[in-house]
Amino acid sequence: MRLPLFVAAGVLAAAVAGWSWFDPGKPAWSPAEAKLIASLSLSTLPKLPPDPSNAVGDDPAAAALGRALFFDTRLSGNGKVACASCHVPDRQFQDGTPLGTGMGQTNRRTMPIAGTAYSPWLFWDGRRDSQWAQALGPLESLVEHGADRMQIARLMAANYATEYEAVFGPLPEITALPEHATPLGTEAAKAAWTSLAERQRDDVNRVFANVGKAIAAFERTIEPRPTRFDAYADALVAGRDTAGLLTAVEVEGLRVFVGKGECTKCHNGPLFTDQHFHNTGVPAVAGLPEDRGRIVATAQVLADPFNCLGAYSDAGPAGCAELRYMDREGEDLIRAYKPPSLRGVAERAPYMHSGQIATLAAVLRHYNAAPAAPGGHSELRPMAMSEAELAALEAFLRTLSETPRMETSHDRPDRSHLALELRSITEIATGLSVPSFRRAAGFAD
Amino acid sequence: MPKSKSKSPLRLLWLLPVALIGVGGIGFAAMMQPPPADLDLSLTRATENGLYVGTLEPGVSPIPVGTIQAWTVAVTTPDGKPLEHADLWIVGGMPQHGHGLPTEPQVTEELGGGRYRVEGMKFNMPGWWTITLKVSSAAGTDSATFNLNLGG
Ligand SMILES: [Cu+2]
Repeated sequence: MRLPLFVAAGVLAAAVAGWSWFDPGKPAWSPAEAKLIASLSLSTLPKLPPDPSNAVGDDPAAAALGRALFFDTRLSGNGKVACASCHVPDRQFQDGTPLGTGMGQTNRRTMPIAGTAYSPWLFWDGRRDSQWAQALGPLESLVEHGADRMQIARLMAANYATEYEAVFGPLPEITALPEHATPLGTEAAKAAWTSLAERQRDDVNRVFANVGKAIAAFERTIEPRPTRFDAYADALVAGRDTAGLLTAVEVEGLRVFVGKGECTKCHNGPLFTDQHFHNTGVPAVAGLPEDRGRIVATAQVLADPFNCLGAYSDAGPAGCAELRYMDREGEDLIRAYKPPSLRGVAERAPYMHSGQIATLAAVLRHYNAAPAAPGGHSELRPMAMSEAELAALEAFLRTLSETPRMETSHDRPDRSHLALELRSITEIATGLSVPSFRRAAGFAD
Repeated sequence: MPKSKSKSPLRLLWLLPVALIGVGGIGFAAMMQPPPADLDLSLTRATENGLYVGTLEPGVSPIPVGTIQAWTVAVTTPDGKPLEHADLWIVGGMPQHGHGLPTEPQVTEELGGGRYRVEGMKFNMPGWWTITLKVSSAAGTDSATFNLNLGG
């Protein structure tokens, strides 16, 4: 984005007038600032812990199956929608549009995937509590995949039986059951679901849950990659020379980020998110149904049969602390949404849960102005940041994008057997048909 | 079994210091300031009316930000006798930010010897947090507020 000339002039003037003492090679960070900067580095991200609710979460065969399913448009009502249709691999697994579009249009912005394996809550409002439970929602949404769980179970039996059974054991006998059935969706599909015996419903639910677990096993391999900011933070921590790693304006933006801008209240830790829910006064969208955010999602996740405490979870109650001790109610949850990771944020316009704000600069102006929320109460207060500070902040946020990868070595060798190069996913997704993708994924045809 | 009712009026206790800061004329501008320099970070405190002495035992040091945790809470009488079969409640928040805990912790088990297991402790940002422990037994109901300074 090109900055207006007067902003650039302001930055320059400030640099000459106020920041001239500032030497980008030896920035004067207070101990508290330095500690906060260190805590944001990707180097502090712990090794991905197992998901106790998904026993195959780290099984490479499950990830390979999930990868194939992720790109398979047959998991839809019209044969045209795959997970990858909205979660576009070469766009950080999102689609760059205000509202996701599958068989119809959703009411929310498509979320990126990298690092979501660390999230206790999925979706903007956290209405699901694992990646695998999340993956099941869009499959049966009439405006997304528009498929149903019986159709998907049948698809697994017809096209993925070998791969499925290698990971999950024998498929149930479902060939005599209706073509389409689900407790959600169309009236016909709901009636068909009601006609099934309890045991049959359980069989189909289990296959459906396992589809989610395979997709989650693939999604767990999608990890954030180091950025220019991380190189700077790591050099700072190690006491190395930071000269040239960030520009003076970017360093000044970092100073605002960890200080006056109060950004780390919500965007903290190596993923730049506190994984909780916040009302920041984001405007409602005319024409969309009322959106209450987290306050209604807590009941939804508790009622979800695929949650951590449910019959299809592999976790015992001890593995479900986030769900059991969830903050369930309170005015602070009204129109509260999860802060997405800021890694890669510059390439993820438009912003907010329904794509309300078009540019990063406009997002920063929103936080600076702190308008009243259309429902509940905004946590923001006006901050009176100058144009130069906003421009610096934006420059800093742009350093949180992946550096171009020139070599193919793995950054995190402990997971290298699973880690897909984003480039190869992209080639697969854009260049190959499903059967050839299946070969690429190591499946026999 | 002792229970926590996190949405009890006690949950609003964290508002008290916020209101005091507001009255002091510092208001929201104080938000990103460091915690008060004289903050008492002791994890053992007498309750306000002297009925009990409570000790928080996080079990890890430093207390992590962003990870859900189980703590142990120990309660004694003022003369040091373990308090058994008490009802405990735990709430918390950030006085400088005006919000509570991101979770609803609960006392899930009485461990014996006046010690209780508290699950669901979580802090979603660095800074000054307060934890208020409310204790109720035949001797009466009393509470103590502890300070934590996380990631700073
Ligand atoms: Cu806070």
